[in-house]
Amino acid sequence: MISFRMPSLGADMEAGTLVEWLAKPGDKVKRGDIVAVVETQKGAIEIEVFDTGVLDRLLVEPGAKVPVGVPLALIRAEGEAPSLAAPAPIGGTAVAAAPAQGPAPTPIKPPAPAPFLPAEPHVRISPAARRVAAERGVDLARVTGTGPGGAIQLADVETAASPARPAGFDFTQMRAAIAAAMARSKREIPHYYLSDAVDLQPAADWLARTNAERPPERRLLMGALFAKATALAARAYPEFNGHFAEGAFRPSAAIHLGVAIAIRGGGLVAPAVHDAADLSLDDLMAAMRDLIGRVRGGRFRSSEIADPTLTVSSLGDRGVEALFGVIYPPQVAIVGFGKAVVRPWAVDGTLAARMIVTITLAADHRVSDGHRGALFLADIGRRLQQPEAL
Amino acid sequence: MTESDIITAIREELARMAPEIAFETLDPAADLREQADLDSMDFLNLLTALHQRLGVEIPDADAQALETITGAVAYLARKAAKSPET
Repeated sequence: MISFRMPSLGADMEAGTLVEWLAKPGDKVKRGDIVAVVETQKGAIEIEVFDTGVLDRLLVEPGAKVPVGVPLALIRAEGEAPSLAAPAPIGGTAVAAAPAQGPAPTPIKPPAPAPFLPAEPHVRISPAARRVAAERGVDLARVTGTGPGGAIQLADVETAASPARPAGFDFTQMRAAIAAAMARSKREIPHYYLSDAVDLQPAADWLARTNAERPPERRLLMGALFAKATALAARAYPEFNGHFAEGAFRPSAAIHLGVAIAIRGGGLVAPAVHDAADLSLDDLMAAMRDLIGRVRGGRFRSSEIADPTLTVSSLGDRGVEALFGVIYPPQVAIVGFGKAVVRPWAVDGTLAARMIVTITLAADHRVSDGHRGALFLADIGRRLQQPEAL
Repeated sequence: MTESDIITAIREELARMAPEIAFETLDPAADLREQADLDSMDFLNLLTALHQRLGVEIPDADAQALETITGAVAYLARKAAKSPET
């Protein structure tokens, strides 16, 4: 029997609140499956399992706040006997309850039973939705459910509770999480900064040609080229890709590129696009689009938030020409892309109007030096001169 | 497709990505992206949604025409009138 535990979703996380189970006892699970939603300072995060087997028993009920490392559920290997009597067959709409018999440990309960609110009797309401509705005074009869069969889920209640803000975010908590991470970064990491202005005209021309015949859903954004160029350069300069922990730098073989995403209403998160250097531009763009959509909707996965190995932050086509990032610990570098602007630029000895972007690097001086940083930054700029090779 | 259909489509798609924006308070002649704080991904998603919902081709080179609400309505109405109803 394998314990599925509350994961650590960042160095600053000590505990999380289980919001919702997305799997029930008896369900087959495999590595990467999303089985639960946990509320942290970073918002609601979908939690993936790392093991393959059958979900045997849930040990924690929605609403309970549990420390990192505490078992949330038991997973049994294929063929292994269940810990108790086999779970009763689950009907189409029934919700599995934790087994009540046997020597099972008492499930961890929420601190206080959630009061019930009157609602349409035939509408299914998830426990987490009911609890949050009670906390925020939302009338469940007025909430439109988007779950299976019109079931009211947590996100529906949150949408109803705060129509002006995306679901899943607690802005006070997010600000506190950013404050903790950035204060730690500036306290512990000796940053050095480099900046380079790069001719973006070849990439802009290539992008315009590529997008000309494509419908909007298949178009690329310059941000995808920036991400790919950075990921490829990180492969050549491994001292910028990895984690610094317990006094030592551990380079990462995988390049999980954190993408800084601004949240409407304030705050930001930088979850990872996994194996960014191995993705084609189209796949990378699709991954970024998917990630940004889910983040703005308040849902992303545990592995995405926990394991970026290098972050990019891009201002897009609005804003200012340069941004100097603050490294997100335990990472050791962040690459910034400013707004691209048209500037007079010498090309082959002739002055021309060209699109120019300022690329910056903030890196950890405990791990690398300015000389290597400059080579890394220049490599990103050089790769952008050959966009067809990205 | 009437201009009113197009405005409804823009309002609804905008509400999905920027729910805190009161559509009525936007200046239809001013840059929509500045007013609604849309980044390049938001704007591309808006074009994608309008393209799929209204069935109007919006080539990348024409995207600038949709940077204001007035411009977007005029552009989409003109393109919709040209393309045969299906």
